[in-house]
Order: sequence, then C-alpha cells, then structure tokens
Amino acid sequence: MQVPILKQRDYLIASIQAALTDADLLELRDELMKQVGKFRSRGVIIDVTVLDVMDSFAVRTLRSIAHMMKLRGADTVIVGIQPEVAFAMVQLGLTLTGVETALDLEEGLAFLDDQRLKERQVKGAPKRGE
Amino acid sequence: MPSKEKGGMDHITSTGASPDSTAALLRELVAHLRQNRTQLREEWARRITEAQLLVAMTKEEIFAEATSVYDNYVEVLETGSVEALQAYARNLSERIIPRGVETHEVLGIVLLLRDVLARSLFKKYQADFALLNRVLDAYEPAANRIANTVGVSFVQERERTIRQQQEAIRELSTPVLQVRERLLILPIIGVIDSQRARQLTEQLLRGIRTNRAKVVVMDITGVPSVDSTVANHLVLTVAAARLLGATVIMTGVSAEIAQTLVTIGVDLGKMNTVGDLQGGIEEAERLLGYKVISTEGGAAAQVTTQA
Repeated sequence: MQVPILKQRDYLIASIQAALTDADLLELRDELMKQVGKFRSRGVIIDVTVLDVMDSFAVRTLRSIAHMMKLRGADTVIVGIQPEVAFAMVQLGLTLTGVETALDLEEGLAFLDDQRLKERQVKGAPKRGE
Repeated sequence: MPSKEKGGMDHITSTGASPDSTAALLRELVAHLRQNRTQLREEWARRITEAQLLVAMTKEEIFAEATSVYDNYVEVLETGSVEALQAYARNLSERIIPRGVETHEVLGIVLLLRDVLARSLFKKYQADFALLNRVLDAYEPAANRIANTVGVSFVQERERTIRQQQEAIRELSTPVLQVRERLLILPIIGVIDSQRARQLTEQLLRGIRTNRAKVVVMDITGVPSVDSTVANHLVLTVAAARLLGATVIMTGVSAEIAQTLVTIGVDLGKMNTVGDLQGGIEEAERLLGYKVISTEGGAAAQVTTQA
C-alpha cells in the first residue's frame, strides 16, 4: 500500500491510509527523502491517524525519518497518534525522542508555521539592528 | 431391588409421605402458627433481643418488623410461593442496610424464628413421635427455603448497594476540566490504585483529544502517596500525552511522592513540574500565550488600592 505524499506550500504531507508493512514504511522513507530534495520543503507531516498499532519498527522508522529530515533542513511532525496507541507505545518504551508530535493535521501545520516564524525572527533580528 | 425399596418404606413413613398428607400437615401447621401468633411472635422478639441482634433498631421497630416477617413466613408455608417474601425481604434490606445491619444479624433472626417455631411444634406433638416426625418433614424444607430466600435477598441488595456506590465513586474520581481554550486541569484527590490510574490515563488522553488541549495541568495535591507502579504509570501518562501533542504540567507533588519519583529514577528532563496549582496554571497560560491582566474596577484591584 503506497502512501500518498501531498505538497502543500513549503510542506510535505504524508497521509497514511491503511496499515503498513515494513517494506511500505521503508518505501515511504525513501519517497519522502526524494521529494524533500525535489521540492525544497521545510517541513514534513506524517499523519498516522488510521494506525491502531505501532510496532517498534514503525516507531524506529518514523524516528529515523525525522532525524534524516533534520539533516536535510526540514522539521518533521507526527500527527494523529491515537490515545490507545500512545499509551501502548510508552508502555513498550517506544518513545519518539527528538521528534515533534501534534494532535492532528491542523495542529501539525500550526506547529510548522510557528517554527518558520521563529526562524525568520531569529534570522531577521540582526538586520533590524543595522 | 424390591427388598431395598421395602427397607426404605420401613424406615418411618417420612420420605414416603404422599403429597396430599404433606399439604394437609402444612395446613395444620399454618393453623397452629396463626393460633399462637401473639405468643410465638413475642417469644421470637424476646430471643432476638437476648441474642443482641439488630442492636441498631429500637424494640418497637424490631417488634413491628418481626410481625410482618412472621406473617410473611406463615404465608409462605401456606402458599409455598416465596415471591411475596422475596419482595418483602428486599424492601426490608433496603431499609435496614443504611442503618448498619449486618448479614449475620439477618441470618440470625431468620434462623431464630425457625427454631422458635420448631420448638413450639415439639411441644405440641411431643406425645406422638411419628406425627412430629412427619410434621417436621413438611416444615423443615419450607423453613430452610425461607431462610435461604431472606439471606440471599439481603446479600443481593447489599451487593447492589455496593456496586452503585462503586459506580458513583468511579464517576466522581477523575474529572477532566477545561479552564481555558486548549487548557485542561485534572485534579486528583485520594489514593490512586492501579485500576484508577488506568482509568485516569484513559480519561486524560480522551480529554486531550476531544478538547483539543495543548496543555494539561495535573494536580496531585490531594494524593497522599503513591507506590512505584502507580508513579511509573503517571510518568507513562505524561509521555503518552506528549505523543498526542500535549504538554503535561504536574503540580502539588508532595515530598513523599517526589521521593518515590526520584527513587524509581524518572528522567526529570521530561517532567514539567510546578509547585502548586496556581503556579501550574500560570505556567500553562504562559505556554499558551495568554496574559492575565486585572481590570481597574475588579475586586483584586480594589484590594490593592485599599492596602
């Protein structure tokens, strides 16, 4: 099952539609890497609302996507983790350290916008001083 | 085979008594109990007081209840149907459970009545042993059934009350309240056991989702202490809330709980703790970008100007 990746302004949105196999996850990772370079995206949102199970491989892959994205200059937000999934994950010790999470797509977009605003403020600060 | 059957027949007429004669005996029995109603009832009430049962009730109350139980008892013996008694026992239980009447007392009084009535039968039929035997054969199963019915009704009623109360406590135990847009508070009061901790997590995570919360203030001022399992559970809850994109601020952590958390080795970098609930809400407002300003006409402003 291929994951559709949508481009929205500076962001890429990967909206998972059904349970994914390990191979699907790796394909998603490669596809995102390709597209982030192609569109020069600054943020990636991965929507996992439909997943009612997240195993260690899925969590590790998502974490590695986030870290790889960081190296390529984009922020990653995982959105839509279900409450039951969230609790199961922490019970199994599968934490997404260093990865941003948000309630849903809307929140994820708001977070990325916020992040971009902050970046611009930091970069713009010295100019104003001149 | 035939000899065995014969042996059974020889062994007193008891088990072989025809249904007709049993019914006749019961009728006779009922007539006897009706006739001696006043005297037997008084005897019973006296023995209840003697045995120090139903101490929560006054003498008059005991006598009044004894009268209705007695009448119900006789009625069951007469009709053989326990439904009316069952309803009465349930009703009685409903009235006496809140007054602290215990199971052993209820069973005690029913068994006492059985004994009182049996004694009176002994007295009446002492001359004719065979007849007494048959009377008791008719009486005992019915009496046991009555004792059983009353006991079971009482226990059922009691269990129903307990279930209701548990339900009420469970509903009360973990409210998730929205104080501002995107800010929830979760005041926890009382001891947390593992079942309550699980329920708390469930309600919190669901609350975050339905209210679209970004910050949750979890106030545990009212929690005296936690064991390491529950402490761990709280930490996991905080981590799970983060996965839903919400920050949890913990407030009112007592010295004892702080010690437990340190002992189990919680990564304090992940925990956001503030001293009290007010501080927690202020911190949450800061995170959400709210700024609270007192207006000039407000009560708080008046206090400051007076001072």
